[in-house]
Formats: sequence, structure tokens, C-alpha cells
Amino acid sequence: MSATEVKHAGLNLGDTDELAHQQAGTALFGFWVFLMSDAILFALLFATYGVMLSATVGGPTPASEYKILPAFLETLTLLTSSFTFGMASIAMKHGASRRQLLGWMGVTLILGFTFLGMEVHDFATMFGDGAYPTRSGYLSSFFALVPTHGLHVFFGSIWIIVMMVQVMTFGLDARVKINILRLGLFWHFLDIVWIAIFSVVYLKGLIR
Amino acid sequence: MSGPTDSKRDEIRSHAIGYGLALMLTGAAFAAVHWPSFVPTTTLAIVFGLGLVQMVVHFRFFLHISLRKSARDDLQLILFSTLIVILMVSGTLVILFNLRARMM
Repeated sequence: MSATEVKHAGLNLGDTDELAHQQAGTALFGFWVFLMSDAILFALLFATYGVMLSATVGGPTPASEYKILPAFLETLTLLTSSFTFGMASIAMKHGASRRQLLGWMGVTLILGFTFLGMEVHDFATMFGDGAYPTRSGYLSSFFALVPTHGLHVFFGSIWIIVMMVQVMTFGLDARVKINILRLGLFWHFLDIVWIAIFSVVYLKGLIR
Repeated sequence: MSGPTDSKRDEIRSHAIGYGLALMLTGAAFAAVHWPSFVPTTTLAIVFGLGLVQMVVHFRFFLHISLRKSARDDLQLILFSTLIVILMVSGTLVILFNLRARMM
């Protein structure tokens, strides 16, 4: 087994850390299986949303509730956080200083919480307009789909904090590195789910 | 491309390319909706098309999934999951829309 072999999806540690790279193959493949099962869950929430879209019962409609600017800013925030987390992974792989790694993770964390703040603000505005989950089938399915993604981002942010603490207390041993690789997959995956959300939910609802 | 032996500079560049492409695709999708210049169905097709392309960009540049032989296991997992998703989602849509049509 050579160290340069691509062992798993995502950033490979390769010859920068032979020991961690040897263990990463199975560890990350297992995490991929989890991510794909999560993707199936999201796909079915999307299917439910698609079916329920016309069930507004005379209440709020997508066109009246969605606003393009907040959706665009949320998209940019999440996309940028995906980029900064990738920079953290590269910094970790190439043995950059711990401060640099923690810096990129910190920026990602701030962007994650910014995203959540904007999303909660959106939901609060919708509630203020009388668009709450029990109002119609459409709103039930909306609040099943979008906040599920938000909860994932929330737990991803908690995970970033946990990993920052682990980096500070344990340093960069093989276990911590593999955990950061897993977290990276999770974070990039959430951004891919968000692409589907802004295309299928927000932009579709705003097309005139 | 972005194999494990690549230098740090190459990896950062590949990552930045992915970010740039993703930004352009996102911008194009939002612009197509914000300044509508087509009929709604065409706009919708454009938005979904751009979304799919952006997902491929994310898989390729952020998650480093490619058609390289050594990443084959992961690729097969993704393709199999896609198959399951297509079956379950299209099944749901067909059955429930059919049910609605019959109840109208």
C-alpha cells in the first residue's frame, strides 16, 4: 500500500501523514455511507415539498414569503464557509501552524453562525406574516425541509467548536486529523444540500 | 489532478477554482430569477441546470470526487445512492400527484 494512493473521497492526507492516511480509508468510507443515507433523507423531504407546494389553502404562498436578497446572502455565506473550511483542511494536511488551522476553523464557525442567524431571522419574519408550520401543507413541508438543513449546520458548528478544542488539547494526532477530515466532508455536504434548497425552494418559488 | 502528492499550492489553486466556479454559477442562477428574461419554465430549467452543474463542481473541487480508479468505491456509493434517490423521489412524485389528480 503506497501512501500516495487515493484512499477515500475528500482531501487525502497522503504522504504528509502516513499513519493517519493508513487509517483514514475505512474511517472515511463509513462516514460517506452515513452522508449518503442523510442525502436520501433530504431527497425525500424535497419530494414531500414538491408534492405539497400547491397545498397553500389560501394562506401564504412561496412568492409572497421568499425574498431573493436574504437567500442570496445566505448562499454566499455558506459557500464561503465551505471554502474557508477547505483552506483549514489544506492547512492541516500540510502542517501549517496550529494558529493558522484554528484561524480558518474560527472563520468557518463565524460564517456558520452568521448563516444560522440570517436563517432564523427569515423564519421569524415568516412567522410574523402568519406563515407558521401548521398553517398549510406547503408550510409544513417547508418547515420540515429547510430547518432540517439548518439543524445540520447548527450541529456542524458545534462539531467545529469540539474539533477546535481537540486541536488545542490533543494537538494534531492521527485521530484528530481523521475527525477533521470527517467534519470537512460533513460541511461540504451541507453546502451541496443548500444548492438544492436555494434552487428548488427559494429560486423556484420566486420565478415570475 | 488533486492527488495526495500534490503540492500545497496546487491544492489551494484547485480549491480557489472551485470557489470561483461555484460563485459564478450561484450568481447566474440568482440573476436568471432576479432579472427574468425567459418564460418561467425556461428559467426554471436554467436554475435546475445550473444547480446540478454546481453540485458537480462541489463534488469535484471541494470533495475531490473524480473518475480516477482509486476513488471508485466512493463513486459507486454516490452513484448507488443517486439511483435510490431517483427511484424513491420519482415514485413519491408519481404516486402522490396521481392521487391528487384522482381526488380533484
